[in-house]
Amino acid sequence: MKPNLDLRSLWRTAKDRIATGLAILATLLVVAPLVAIFFYLIYKGASSLNWAFFTEIPKPEGEVGGGMANAIVGSAVILAVASFFGIPIGIGGGIYLAEFGRGTKLANAVRFTADVLNGVPSIVMGIAAYSLIVMPMHHFSSFAGGVALGIMMIPTVTRTTEEMLLMVPHSVREAALGLGVPNWRSVISITLKTASPGVITGCMLAFARVAGETAPLLFTALGNQFWSVSLNHEVSALPLQIYNYAISPYDDQHRQAWAGSLVLIALIVIAVSLVRFFTSRGTLKGAS
Amino acid sequence: MGVAIEVKALNAWYGATHTLQDIELHIPANHATALIGPSGCGKSTFVRCLNRMHETNPIARVTGSVKIGDLDIYNDISPVEIRRRVGMVFQRPNPFPTMSIYDNVCSGLKLNGYRNRRELDEIVERSLRSAALWDEVRDDLKKKSGASLSGGQQQRMCIARALAVDPEVLLMDEPASALDPVSTSKIEDLIFQLKSQYTIVIVTHNMQQAARVAEKTGFFLNGRLVEFDSTHKIFTNPTDKRTEDYITGRFG
Repeated sequence: MKPNLDLRSLWRTAKDRIATGLAILATLLVVAPLVAIFFYLIYKGASSLNWAFFTEIPKPEGEVGGGMANAIVGSAVILAVASFFGIPIGIGGGIYLAEFGRGTKLANAVRFTADVLNGVPSIVMGIAAYSLIVMPMHHFSSFAGGVALGIMMIPTVTRTTEEMLLMVPHSVREAALGLGVPNWRSVISITLKTASPGVITGCMLAFARVAGETAPLLFTALGNQFWSVSLNHEVSALPLQIYNYAISPYDDQHRQAWAGSLVLIALIVIAVSLVRFFTSRGTLKGAS
Repeated sequence: MGVAIEVKALNAWYGATHTLQDIELHIPANHATALIGPSGCGKSTFVRCLNRMHETNPIARVTGSVKIGDLDIYNDISPVEIRRRVGMVFQRPNPFPTMSIYDNVCSGLKLNGYRNRRELDEIVERSLRSAALWDEVRDDLKKKSGASLSGGQQQRMCIARALAVDPEVLLMDEPASALDPVSTSKIEDLIFQLKSQYTIVIVTHNMQQAARVAEKTGFFLNGRLVEFDSTHKIFTNPTDKRTEDYITGRFG
């Protein structure tokens, strides 16, 4: 008996539609929370955004107005310190894992440590930075906060760098070595450069993750009601300020906390986009 | 100018596998020498021993001596230096994907700290002309990525890249096996022209190709060099029965 092909192809088409539908649904479910959060932030926070928010420091308790200028600048200082430590060490570790230590015991230990470090609660990073930097220095500082966040960046940067380097085809390394290029030079100028889009993405992910961290800053950077850009003093940071305002009893401070959250997300998006823009310039036609 | 290659008692291993056994061979200067044999017979390993690429694999080992010109490459010179004198073209085109055509060609010089812009311009043009690619890419040298070219063009660019460091010997490991017939014949024409200035060693699976481009041919089997003679002799009247069987297609 001949199988009924019409029915079969109808069933196949139906299966195809169902699978496509499920994939679209899954995509929507992934994007929905992000969109929802963003719009809720705009709804709650946008009305409190004004010029003063970006230029003034917080008003004393109970007074209406003021802004988060010191927190925005403080976050920038802390994140600069974090990137200064976290990114070079992270990339260096990734290069070691992928290029020099492959298969060695040390590399396996480093990889394992990085994975464990990635799972360590952020507040523990804060305690570590507190006992390693704040205690010996006898005071809180943006430097200590930056180091705490920098340590948190390392595992993400290391592991993505390693994975991106391993994705560079072996033939590309051979091409460089075959030209009489020393290995270290080939690693930096060829392998790392070929992998750089992925490595940069890893750095941005790590950056964005720590930019919103509050817990490690509680007893390192501490927070500050006044201006400070010094590495040696306590500074304010957006997540800290949001935290303090969100638990305060004043409505105006609640509104400012919403506005601060919106600004924090917007600044992260802007920073990541700027890095992407500047690093993708000069990409050639047909480059892969 | 090319130089001769003298190989004595060369043995090579990958881990416990003895891939090359007691190879003795004299490769003449400024000629093309073809190496043929079935897959896994050791011919690729052999050319990789000639520029010490073999030892980039951590489990690889090699003994014996290889003299290129007057230099004993395993004693007199570092692996990095010998690779500047012995260029290599690989089986599959392997351009640097992030670099322009121009940067690909002069990468060997630039990565070794060579910075003279005017000279680099000249070397790039000369190398691309030698590789018969200049007319096809001259207008987008710095605009297009090396990876945007077609497979055959990429392979000629890789040849230009190898020529740009001005080697004495050019090793080609099945340079046309991933290419279509038109690109293949371009590469073969190229080998024909290049051998007046370079010593060329070409590994190939294609016996007609060996017959077309090489004066000398070596037949490898199971890690040994079975026979080495003029190409004409190998293809018309080989001494060894195994060579004859392979040439006539009775195995492999």
